[in-house]
Amino acid sequence: MHFRHEFLEKNAIVLLVASLLTVAVGGLVEIVPQFFIENTIEPVKGVRPYTPLELAGRNIYIREGCYLCHSQQIRALRDEVERYGHYSLAAESMYDHPFQWGSKRIGPDLARVGGKYSNDWHFAHLRYPQSVVPESIMPRYAFLEETPLDYARIAADLRTDRAVGVPYTDEDIANATADIEAQTNADANHDALLKRYPKAVIVPSNGRTISEMDALVAYLQVLGTMVNFADTSEEQLQR
Amino acid sequence: MPTKIEKDVITGTDTTGHEWDGIRELNTPLPKWWVYVYLATVVWGLGMFVLYPSIPLGTTYFHGLLGYSSRADAMAGVAEMRAMHGKQMQQIGALPFAEIQKNHDLMEVALTAGRITFAENCQPCHGPNGEGRIGYPALDTDVWRWGGTLDAIQQTITHGIRSGDPEARTSQMPSFGADGVLKPDQIQQVADYVMTLYGKGKPGVEVAAGQKIFAENCAACHGDKGQGNRDVGAPPLASRVHLYGDARETVVAQVTKPRHGVMPNWNQRLTPATIKAVALYVHSLGGGE
Repeated sequence: MHFRHEFLEKNAIVLLVASLLTVAVGGLVEIVPQFFIENTIEPVKGVRPYTPLELAGRNIYIREGCYLCHSQQIRALRDEVERYGHYSLAAESMYDHPFQWGSKRIGPDLARVGGKYSNDWHFAHLRYPQSVVPESIMPRYAFLEETPLDYARIAADLRTDRAVGVPYTDEDIANATADIEAQTNADANHDALLKRYPKAVIVPSNGRTISEMDALVAYLQVLGTMVNFADTSEEQLQR
Repeated sequence: MPTKIEKDVITGTDTTGHEWDGIRELNTPLPKWWVYVYLATVVWGLGMFVLYPSIPLGTTYFHGLLGYSSRADAMAGVAEMRAMHGKQMQQIGALPFAEIQKNHDLMEVALTAGRITFAENCQPCHGPNGEGRIGYPALDTDVWRWGGTLDAIQQTITHGIRSGDPEARTSQMPSFGADGVLKPDQIQQVADYVMTLYGKGKPGVEVAAGQKIFAENCAACHGDKGQGNRDVGAPPLASRVHLYGDARETVVAQVTKPRHGVMPNWNQRLTPATIKAVALYVHSLGGGE
């Protein structure tokens, strides 16, 4: 071997660059093809960007570290499908930045929790989880109900998401604040909101100031409900 | 650095040929077994490449000779499990309730499936034994808002209550106080009267005015004696079982601005046969009609 290995070992920068190139090959080979393979993200209908209220709730979900105990990924395993419902699709988190798949399950998986409980149940449960699930070890989040939701910069959140590829339209961004107020008001006209964001769940704040808990519940109630599985077939998902 | 490979006298093994401050290092070869295992893993890896999904090919990928998919595998497992539940769940799905109830073996399967499904899905609201919680109806009593027959229970579980399902059970009690139908003192009077309906009336409290208000405003749904009306989901008031409790302030609060509970529709989550099994289980808790 005539290669002067000594040269690499004695020049820190050269060694660093060479290591980077070596590691990059692994990354390129494993990651880049995913951008081109057609069924990396399944062609299913129904997945839409989050409503501004859901997005605000998602931000609270991340801020409070819910992902530390709750995963959002039903794995393609028989027992998981039996307990939680249809296995999660890549398409279901394509507008998540960052995704909340997680691997810790101190609490149950939340990928399909939307619609499983009523809004009232979620409020009671977040306030004092043991009031509805006595054996639960989840901490109390009652303060979320007393904390007014700060949505002054929600349009900027939408714009940020758009910058990384979430298809919010100019109209969505212009109506962000109005959509938050409509989704928390049972008496408002929801046509525009539901046209932009089908299946959004109204979480009435009943005249109170819109709280962080309202936003979080709106987010929880949409999880896993967007895809209409009647529209697709297992063959399509298993391609 | 000078390289001078020598044979070590004691072990008979070559050195690496490097010397640091008089210390030399043996260049002991890898054990043979280790080398062979290593080579075997390389061959194994090539086998995996051929058998399982591996090589990206532009917009698609090489699926592997076995055509393996973890998704197909999981769904095959689910199908196998359904087959194991097998005939009996199919029969539960196909037969009318009366036929199922006559068949002891089938009932055993239905009640077990119902109990397990209840524990996973219904218990968080209705409690582990269907005893209910404040705001979530008890299922082990004979007091029913929408009916306690098997068919009524099946309907409720399938479509839910105020769930957004097109066939959901739905009704709305007017906000007598918040919308100004009744004045605050009238609400106090009607509360006094309603409390007599379930035996918590205070002796000496005059309820004639309240009774009149009740007859004019409440009896249409809750019945003239407070017996309730299942067609509109109006709970019986002449009953010791209460959704939100029997305190006076609860009655006042409900008349002023009623709460409306929501039960999800389970037709998106559970199969029709499973829903029937849950209905049979709930029916068996003590209040079934």
